[in-house]
Amino acid sequence: MRSIWAIFSVTLKSADGAARRHDGATARRVHSVFLEEAQKSGTSSRCVVVPSWLSPWAVLLSVAAVILGGTVLVASQPQPRRIISLIPAVTEMLFALEAGDRVVAVGSFDKYPPEVEKLPKVGALLDPDLERILSLRPDLVAVYGSQADLRTQLERGGVAMFVYAHAGLADVTTTIRELGTRIGADARAAGLVRDIEERLASVRRSVAGRPRPKTLVVFGREALALRNVYASGGIGFVHDMVTAAGGDNVFADVNQQAVQATTELIITRRPDVILELRAEPLSRDAEQKERAVWNRLGSVPAVRNGRVYILVDRRTVIPGPRVGEGVEVIARLLHRLPW
Amino acid sequence: MRPLRVRLALAVAGFGALAVLAVLTAPLVGSSSISLARVFDRSVPFADNPDAQIFFIARLPRTLAGALVGAMLASAGVVFQGLLRNPLATPFTLGVSAGAALGAMLAITFGWSLAWLGIPVAPLASFAGSLLAVGVVYLLATARHRGLSTHVLLLAGVTMNAFFSALILFVQYFADFAETFRILRWLMGDLDISSYQPLVTALPLVVFSFAAFAWLARPLNLLNLGAEAAETRGLDVLRAQRVAFLSASLATGAAVSVGGPIGFIGIVVPHLVRLLVGADHRVVLPASALFGAAFLIGCDAIARTIMAPLELPVGVITALIGGPFFLWLLVRRA
Repeated sequence: MRSIWAIFSVTLKSADGAARRHDGATARRVHSVFLEEAQKSGTSSRCVVVPSWLSPWAVLLSVAAVILGGTVLVASQPQPRRIISLIPAVTEMLFALEAGDRVVAVGSFDKYPPEVEKLPKVGALLDPDLERILSLRPDLVAVYGSQADLRTQLERGGVAMFVYAHAGLADVTTTIRELGTRIGADARAAGLVRDIEERLASVRRSVAGRPRPKTLVVFGREALALRNVYASGGIGFVHDMVTAAGGDNVFADVNQQAVQATTELIITRRPDVILELRAEPLSRDAEQKERAVWNRLGSVPAVRNGRVYILVDRRTVIPGPRVGEGVEVIARLLHRLPW
Repeated sequence: MRPLRVRLALAVAGFGALAVLAVLTAPLVGSSSISLARVFDRSVPFADNPDAQIFFIARLPRTLAGALVGAMLASAGVVFQGLLRNPLATPFTLGVSAGAALGAMLAITFGWSLAWLGIPVAPLASFAGSLLAVGVVYLLATARHRGLSTHVLLLAGVTMNAFFSALILFVQYFADFAETFRILRWLMGDLDISSYQPLVTALPLVVFSFAAFAWLARPLNLLNLGAEAAETRGLDVLRAQRVAFLSASLATGAAVSVGGPIGFIGIVVPHLVRLLVGADHRVVLPASALFGAAFLIGCDAIARTIMAPLELPVGVITALIGGPFFLWLLVRRA
């Protein structure tokens, strides 16, 4: 019989008993996945959890595992206690996973939950402050996948990373699960994911069967002009959110996250609803003027029927744990549902 | 060599026909197909007629903006090359575009708003920025000299370009991601103005600049011989230099405020025209204006159709087409 073996360093250990119990659960889950694989390939497997101080001996242990014939070694790793997140979505997830007390610094654009206002800001996507990050002695840093330099430097500094990239709506729950595993909050993550999925399902139920308005989702444009209008293309979480909220993105056919929507394209695509997503609030007067900018495109149904909305709601622009609420907000606008 | 009048007539007829052709055909092409019959169908109210809206709101202002910006950048290029007696001079050499970019960027980053006027502030801020750059360069070039030193002008301009670029990076550091993206996009140039208002606003400057350019043709020919030689032939050199510098700078500032800093037109078009019609500014100036208009309209038409429904930045197309074409002509002539 062939034997298989592996070293896992996924479980998380800490001083308190709760986390240690959690350790066991994760190890068992890893083991069950492994057993399935083993059965499929007709091999045998056993699970042995080894404490983290044995991790340096991983090579020796793996040799031993081969000799023992198919033993899975699950090496435990200390649970991160000092987390830095440069990404608003991940910051929200950490707090939603009740790990907010372990977050020691956040990115410059992080605004939610209110607790983050008190935390040190250490830069963001383009300008991470490596020195400050290292000086805070983090044991886990959430970075964007595109931050290649930062990742190299953190790796050199031996700092563990949680690498994140924006993707679709479905990836939000995947990210929450992965993050949960990484910080030893699997159960919380599962609960959170369940909440989000329930919310999404309930929105989908309430908009099912309703006519789907053709929707133009604008990310940004020049102030008081229809110039450099950027809209959601057919991929990305905003597109997914509008689809889940019962709308049809007018640029669903464009295989990009963002489309430069020229005047001609906007007139041609004839959106029923124009939804401008903004992160920063506007004064009432400015909002009225910004909405009036669209009036010159009178042939567009959204303009003619007064269905141009300016939505200032971070839940609709951050792919974090509040996406379910974001989809609800969009669905209410698209289908004129009562609040 | 044929007499001036014949050369001028030939050049204006040739390049004029090209420009007219561009203005007439560009509104007919685009990412969507429209029917001309429906565009001019008066029985349907304008607000309910998508074809008419595409034609009159999306394509026509855009074509006119291309004509205006192309003509201004090309003729400003001719004037700067004549003034500085440097074939590498462009409308952006003396810091006008960097100043304009800084202005636009401050407006975008800090969300300056003239909401009470109901007009977008980025074009105004970019024009103000270009005026600032022009003013500083002009003061530096006249400060310690009796006349206008073109050497100081050139060095001061290049330095201001670098200085403003540094300021741009400094401001950019405070911009958030979406703003940074919008600024970058602004720097690539864009003619989708979606209304006639920017053109009307720029019109006084356009008229002034072209009037000055018309007057400048002969003085520029004389300046070509060198300042002293021009002086002995009775040219008020300082006045000619002042008019050239100010009018070309204003034209550039106005062009950038409408379409952003669209590169390559100000250098490729004048040289191309000179290769075809000779160096006499009386022919080169009107020919460059007409060809610049046709060239930019053509580049914009390509930019908005080649990857439709996506659109390429027009500045990318002007450089991609202008560069190789220019080199080809250069090699063929040499």
